[in-house]
Amino acid sequence: MSPFFDALLLNAGYNAALVAVGAGLLGFAAGSSGTFLFLRKRALLSDATAHATLPGVGIAFIIMVSLGYDGRSLIGLLIGSAVTAWIGLLMIEWIARRTRLAEDAAIGAVLGSFFGLGIVLLTIIQTMSAGRQAGLEGFLLGSAAGMLYQDAVVIAIGGSLAVFATWLLRRPMTLVAFDAEFAAAMGYNVRRIDLLMMGLVVAVTVIGLKLVGLILIVAMLIIPPVTARFWTDRSDRIIWIAGVFGGLSGYVGAAFSASAPAMPTGPLIVLTAAAIFLVSLVFAPARGVAAVVVRHHRFQRRVHRRQGLLSLSRAEPIREKFTLRLLLRNGLIRPDGVPTDTGRAQAAKVARDERRWDIAREVHQDAGLTGRYDGLTPIEEVFTPDEIRDFDRRLGPPVAVRGFA
Amino acid sequence: MTRIAATIAAQDGRVLRPAAPAPDSPLTVQGLTVSYGEKPAVFSVDATFPANAMTAIIGPNGAGKSTLLKAALGVIPRLSGEVSIFGTPVEQARDRIAYVPQRASVDWDFPTTVIDVVQMGLYRKVGLIGRLSGKMVAQAQTCLDRVGMTDFANRQIGQLSGGQQQRVFLARALAQDADLYLLDEPFAGVDAATERAIIDVLKLLKSQGKAVVAVHHDLSTVRDYFDHVFLINVRRIAEGSVETAFTPENLSATYGGRLGTTHMAELVGATS
Repeated sequence: MSPFFDALLLNAGYNAALVAVGAGLLGFAAGSSGTFLFLRKRALLSDATAHATLPGVGIAFIIMVSLGYDGRSLIGLLIGSAVTAWIGLLMIEWIARRTRLAEDAAIGAVLGSFFGLGIVLLTIIQTMSAGRQAGLEGFLLGSAAGMLYQDAVVIAIGGSLAVFATWLLRRPMTLVAFDAEFAAAMGYNVRRIDLLMMGLVVAVTVIGLKLVGLILIVAMLIIPPVTARFWTDRSDRIIWIAGVFGGLSGYVGAAFSASAPAMPTGPLIVLTAAAIFLVSLVFAPARGVAAVVVRHHRFQRRVHRRQGLLSLSRAEPIREKFTLRLLLRNGLIRPDGVPTDTGRAQAAKVARDERRWDIAREVHQDAGLTGRYDGLTPIEEVFTPDEIRDFDRRLGPPVAVRGFA
Repeated sequence: MTRIAATIAAQDGRVLRPAAPAPDSPLTVQGLTVSYGEKPAVFSVDATFPANAMTAIIGPNGAGKSTLLKAALGVIPRLSGEVSIFGTPVEQARDRIAYVPQRASVDWDFPTTVIDVVQMGLYRKVGLIGRLSGKMVAQAQTCLDRVGMTDFANRQIGQLSGGQQQRVFLARALAQDADLYLLDEPFAGVDAATERAIIDVLKLLKSQGKAVVAVHHDLSTVRDYFDHVFLINVRRIAEGSVETAFTPENLSATYGGRLGTTHMAELVGATS
């Protein structure tokens, strides 16, 4: 693991350090900028955007070579890819707005055609005699090996701008993502805000194209916010948590790829992001799968215990094995099914609470309180002591529970 | 409106008032048509909603009630027609309008809390960069208090009951501090306590001189809750005070044969 830690501590050489820092910055920018795409439920738009960059790369190369410049000028290629990505997005938006096709159908059609066109252009370029075409295929899956200082600068500047724009537009974009009709009624131009959101996606896609590649950049836009959703219930925090997860994935993923020869950077970054996602999916405190399972089991036990005590208080036989086991384990019944003293006391309390609830539901009209009469929440947590004393006064003195007299 | 139309209406026993745009009318709509595809959902509707009153927009399912509201607000595009709010175009009156959309129109699993949703009503005031001032935070709290939801401020909105969700939407509209409140089925699927809480808030708004317009479909509560009705079934059927316009004739013109005669007699029994 030593090469990995060297890479993590930026000790694995200039290029590895450059890639790690660049990938970390890109990850942060992509994660936070992808937040509203995810919240607006338009995650797949990023896939179409990424694929629609490819013809732009090809066209820009051809134009630059035919004008006598170096066809591999990064800025030129990025401008070209941004232009066709934007055209692709506008086409999707137009199709979804003007025809009866749903957006997913429009995405499928545009994604496929643009990518097909891009591949054709790259093939043509390969057969062209002019220019040194090597490297354009790198835009498909990314190539960290040839990363230059200027590439890192592009990522740093572009990424910072994207994060700043996300922060600046957080309120309108939250509003549109949560309740577009309300936003429109308030006077916000929903279409313009959506286009700005797409513009952010184009920007991040384009700057990440060379490092991660167009096929996997989607993952950097979407996985971090989806992961962040497990850790918070507030959209404004998702922006930053997604940024941190994205940045971490980029940095650690790049370190992984630097620690072994010929390991691909983009895929390792995405796999790191996926690993963080998996951990969150299982272990996140409130929304994680484990927490949900634990909560469900606790709830189930509470229900069974309550039902068991109700049955005891009515001297009804308990048939469910799980309930019996639970009561036995809690010391409420003996192995032969006869209630213990604790069991009797608790059953009597349950019976009394039931009658208190009957009164409470007559007295209180607030459905928010009386809706909790299932007894799974102790009555003492719903009403104040003086309220409960009042119920008891109306109830009269304690009466012997059937079967326990 | 032409004289011929008025004559025909008079023969039908309906009273059609020309929708003269009173300068102080909170919401005036003239010749409004909205179409999904080539089927008009709202056709050539004139309406004048009065100030200082609570108006119910009434009509069967698919009659264009919600569409009328949304088109008036510019949420969906209109094919034709003029809308004026307090005598000005909608765009210039945004700060005087509060809107409560249908509860079912949003995803309640969205990562946001109750107080965050209420503060959304203040976003136009805060702008892009500014932080919410202490005064605004307090204002949002007050709005939550008015709908009886103070204790729920930090809950994730997905944990609320339907009635509580509706209250949060109302609190957000209150935060907008408007003069005209437009509500889309505020009582749909809420519990009795919430319905009372909402109607109390709306009546208070009216007593403060605000105009309230609500899409409503529980005909049995129209008399108790509203002063004014607007009956619509794609076209305008009738408009006026509850006493004059909420009549069996108008209701049968709106609903066709869908309301039984006994039901109808119950609804309008109070006057006839």
